[in-house]
Amino acid sequence: MRRIGQVRWELAIVVWAVALGMFFPILWMLLCSFKTEIAAVATPPALFFHPTLENYHAVLERADYLAFARNSVLVSLGSTLLALALAIPAAYSMAFFPTRRTRDILLWMLSTRMLPAVGVLVPIYLLWRDLGLLDTVFGLILIDSISVLPIVVWMLFSFFREVPAVILEASRMDGATQIEELVHVLLPLCTPGIAATALLSIILCWNEAFWSLNLTTVKAATLTTFTASFSSPEGLFWAKLSAASTLSIAPILIFGWMSQRQMVRGLSFGAVK
Amino acid sequence: MTGEVASKPTRHLHRPLLAPSVGALFLWMAVPLAMTLWFSAEHYNLLRPGKTAFAGWENYRDLLTHRALWIAMGNTLFLVGLVLAITLIFGTLFSLLLNQDFPGRNVCRLLIIAPFFVMPTVSALIWKNMLMNPVFGLFAWITRSLGFGTIEFFSRMPMLSIVLIVGWEWTPFAVLILLPALHSLNPEQIEAARLDGGGPIALFRYIQLPHLLRPMAVVAMIEMIFFLSLFAEIYVATGGGPGLASTNLAYLIFRDALLGFDVGRASAGGVIAIILANIVCFFLMRVVGRNLEDLR
Repeated sequence: MRRIGQVRWELAIVVWAVALGMFFPILWMLLCSFKTEIAAVATPPALFFHPTLENYHAVLERADYLAFARNSVLVSLGSTLLALALAIPAAYSMAFFPTRRTRDILLWMLSTRMLPAVGVLVPIYLLWRDLGLLDTVFGLILIDSISVLPIVVWMLFSFFREVPAVILEASRMDGATQIEELVHVLLPLCTPGIAATALLSIILCWNEAFWSLNLTTVKAATLTTFTASFSSPEGLFWAKLSAASTLSIAPILIFGWMSQRQMVRGLSFGAVK
Repeated sequence: MTGEVASKPTRHLHRPLLAPSVGALFLWMAVPLAMTLWFSAEHYNLLRPGKTAFAGWENYRDLLTHRALWIAMGNTLFLVGLVLAITLIFGTLFSLLLNQDFPGRNVCRLLIIAPFFVMPTVSALIWKNMLMNPVFGLFAWITRSLGFGTIEFFSRMPMLSIVLIVGWEWTPFAVLILLPALHSLNPEQIEAARLDGGGPIALFRYIQLPHLLRPMAVVAMIEMIFFLSLFAEIYVATGGGPGLASTNLAYLIFRDALLGFDVGRASAGGVIAIILANIVCFFLMRVVGRNLEDLR
């Protein structure tokens, strides 16, 4: 038996090595973003260099980067708000007024996630073309909000179910209508859960690549499309590419770190509480 | 705590609250699905608009008798199987490590889960350019310094390179789910096993692993859904090549539809992808359905 309080250094070294190894590609990109273009492709790789901010200046001065970033913000926030607006009433009704069919409805909602995006690429592309939604922010918001909707409903449902029904009944005794009960009692009680759900939805929409690559070209293209456009030029602009990528992933990485513990519910569909 | 069944008079509001979500998802499912089925039985090319004709099974016959579909199916299954094994094995291993007590474990946890939050196009770019590039990449420099020459990742082993990238992105997902599951294990149970003289291996084999099986099944199923239509990484890193070497089902359909303009054939491919996903879906529903037993 180990003495309590004894520090297990050998274990610490192993896990730190694993952790740094997993994080290394991100760290390497971060380092590259502060190098000059020449230092970025130098062999042997430059570990010590004069850090420069010129790549960030260059990226931010390009108006198109900001346009892509704006689209990413609009799409992830818009889709999240739309998904929440649809999901909150649904999760509320299923959590507090379950019927015989509630379980089937939840499973059916989950099953819509199983429809592989490629399976419906052709009709969605043609529909969006005919409706004039191709390459529009609104078109992308519609599709992203529908694709996160099942996860959002599930996650909210799991948070709502933890609220004792007695609390809601007490407010009903006081004569509150269902809408009042939802807005004034349930939502304030579940603010942390709703925030975690919103963060997960923002992360998923921000990183969504399939639909933005296939349904947008220029006007509504998001950062995923923008970064994908760098796949062809070989070794020319690594430092600027690193700066643009770092800016694109930084906010989401921070959101992810903030909400990692709560988002497990949404990602595991109730298998882990 | 479960919401108890409400008093009768409030129940009539149930439907209007549920209807928007159910309606939106139903439209999302039914309309494109019907259209995919319809197009898959038509000769329909976007370059010849207005010249559609009934094709019956011809699109399917074309696809099924062409080797491209079988290569893509093989690649899809190879990718799903291998990445699943990698993420589950390493995810469990990392979770067991992070479940110990040592200085800085919270920082380590954040570093290990970070790759999951990186957008797939960026992950593919980092690996493709900065790490695996045969001329300027870090790996090439390391192998050259050690005297092994250069590994041509994307021309020699494109599928394995994709597996490596996707495995790196999704191992954190397994950790994200499995680590809290380990935490939720009753400490008294572990203490009892220890008092009985069980070593760490026995502890894992008889207590932790059985406890992890259900979360592992959920991880596997969710990952399968994503890996079956994996697209961005292939699009950025290899473009499906060289030749068809790294083309999966998703990329094949994309090629037929948006590069080849053949709506009929792409739709037939879509139907095949849907059937494949439904086989997976069937098992997922059974696993997840058990989490809802108390609603019955």
